[in-house]
Amino acid sequence: MDDLVRLLTLRDANTRVVLLGATLLGIAAALVGTFAVLRKRSLMGDAVAHAALPGIACAYFVAGRSFVALLVGALVFGVLSAAFVSLVKATTRIKEDAAIALAIGGFFGLGVVLSRIAQNQPGGNRAGLDTFIYGKAASMVSADARLILAAAVVLALATALLHKEFKLLCFDRDFAATQGWPTLGLDLLLMGLVCVCTVVGLPAVGVVLMVALLIIPAAAARFWTDRLGPMLALAAGFGGASGMLGVALSAVVPAPASTLSRGWPTGPLIVLVAAGIFVASMIGAPRRGLVADLVRRVRLRRRVALQNLLRDAFERGEETGDPARPWTPRDLRRPVRGETLRRAVARGLARPGTAGFVLTPEGQAAAARVIRAHRLWELFLIEQAAIAPDHVDRDADEIEHVLPASVIAALEARLAAVDRDGPRETPIVPPSPHAPGATP
Amino acid sequence: MKLAGPEAAGIHARAAVPAAAGRAGVGVSVEVHDVTVAYGRKPVLWDVDLVLPEGRLVAIVGPNGAGKSTLLKAILGLVPLASGRVTIFGEPLRRVRREIGYVPQRETVDWDFPIDALGVVLMGRYGRLGWIRRPGRADREAARECLRQVGMEDFAGRQISQLSGGQQQRVFLARALAQDARLYFMDEPFAGVDAATETAIVEVLRRMREAGRTVVAVHHDLQTVPEYFDHVVLLNMRLVASGPVEATFTRENLQRAYGGRLTLLDEAAEAIRRGGGGA
Repeated sequence: MDDLVRLLTLRDANTRVVLLGATLLGIAAALVGTFAVLRKRSLMGDAVAHAALPGIACAYFVAGRSFVALLVGALVFGVLSAAFVSLVKATTRIKEDAAIALAIGGFFGLGVVLSRIAQNQPGGNRAGLDTFIYGKAASMVSADARLILAAAVVLALATALLHKEFKLLCFDRDFAATQGWPTLGLDLLLMGLVCVCTVVGLPAVGVVLMVALLIIPAAAARFWTDRLGPMLALAAGFGGASGMLGVALSAVVPAPASTLSRGWPTGPLIVLVAAGIFVASMIGAPRRGLVADLVRRVRLRRRVALQNLLRDAFERGEETGDPARPWTPRDLRRPVRGETLRRAVARGLARPGTAGFVLTPEGQAAAARVIRAHRLWELFLIEQAAIAPDHVDRDADEIEHVLPASVIAALEARLAAVDRDGPRETPIVPPSPHAPGATP
Repeated sequence: MKLAGPEAAGIHARAAVPAAAGRAGVGVSVEVHDVTVAYGRKPVLWDVDLVLPEGRLVAIVGPNGAGKSTLLKAILGLVPLASGRVTIFGEPLRRVRREIGYVPQRETVDWDFPIDALGVVLMGRYGRLGWIRRPGRADREAARECLRQVGMEDFAGRQISQLSGGQQQRVFLARALAQDARLYFMDEPFAGVDAATETAIVEVLRRMREAGRTVVAVHHDLQTVPEYFDHVVLLNMRLVASGPVEATFTRENLQRAYGGRLTLLDEAAEAIRRGGGGA
């Protein structure tokens, strides 16, 4: 509890630094990552992140641990990995996914070897290159946080200023090229931004998990919106929240001392929070989420069941010319579920009578509407789509539940003869139901 | 309805500029000199020489794999030329980009992209906006007008995956209109569209021609060539023929372009008979 208070009030300077750094990193990575996802470069982002490791090790050999050197090293190797992928794709039969997998593994292996060598050099231990693999957010110092802050500002500015250009590049590269935009340059710039983000993020979350920070917030944000602006804002929010919550969790939740002697791994916790947000979005987002989809389907199924019940009951009455003819569920053509029947009664469409259920006038009108739509569609299929009469009932089945009013009106206009001529020779075209209030 | 844009009034003056087309009163829009294009080691276009008139509707036709789209992309600088050169209005491509509009094939973009119809049309204005500047109210208004011209004004705020194929094609056309170009390249604008969209596109093409614009379109439906276009380019890796439809869209030329594909030939013969050579 004491920890929580200390964290929330940001009294502890060290926690403050880590919290701030992780949040900013999450925001920056999400902004750049959104464009990487939209450019369909998620996996390339992973390759570039992995290639940063040997780049950093090489830069360390040459120039020691200066940030600019490390960044240049990472950028050079990032470009190398991208060029490698393009080259393999263009000159061999190997496809892009395999080429990227090759790049990820190859460059990562090279990076591990090189950083081991670097570490065994005099003074190399302080290089801490090993932490770049998994990251060590908790050991972030204020210099790291300042660096992340600077990078975040640059990345946010770049994505804000070049919003239009990146949007065009991601949506339609060829069109952008015909307008004279330097598409290759923009692609390289976008990859460069991914590199910058990766390099400043490596000490915190590491090579392996960096791609998660780039991709997951963008993927989660896509569930909530159909516009790029809100998607960027949401992704940034998700990324920032992941960084903040991940650090908070690792600081507040006591780690079981026996198994986790060094405390919770902060980087993975950040990624786990992001993954949690993604799963929650996938399940719970309105309209695009799984739950919303399920609700839509259940609603449709219920409506279909109810309309089928009404239709069968009405058609049974039609045989004797008495729309209020009593029926029991067993009399109907299709099996009826008790729940459907209860809903019909609850909505005043049917009511229990002495000899079974009867359709109320509202129920008869609703049934007539459905049947009318069904028969109009049947007629359309027979007359204008030349489908054999004995096939149309099954084809027309189900569609009456979803025909919009405009289509019904169009069918009526097209099949005007139906109403005037009355019944035709085909048995499945009985007179259109003209019960009181039948036509909508 | 007139095409939007301040240049509309000046178009006829420009179209009347004399040029080396060899035909009195018609300027030259595109000149292709000896162009060869290869993907890897496989050549797709061989030694294509072509002069296209200005202010006309030009169809590029030929069998599958004839290099129709490639020719378009070569002219637009989207694929590298193995040899040869292209000039547009007598200038190299980079000098006249602002005067060129492009309608790519519909399948080339991801329609699930988070953008609405108006947003796509606004992209047509990006070229004149230049770096960093965002589209403003005037751009929005212009984009809306372009949507109106293709009958899509009611769908401005619709996410593009919620549009039918024909509607998507019309949005692409509206984006090209928003470019307010002098010369348009369209890659199969009629592919897989509904009848209403086909009518709308033809209507827009005719208005473009009235305003003195040039349209060069890859076209796959031989039957409609005489009805929709003035000038035809027959292509099958090499240039087979290029000229006004009535003189060039002949059975002999089609036979040379399509080789032994009899069903297509019959179709074409039928089209010629019905079109009567008059375009």
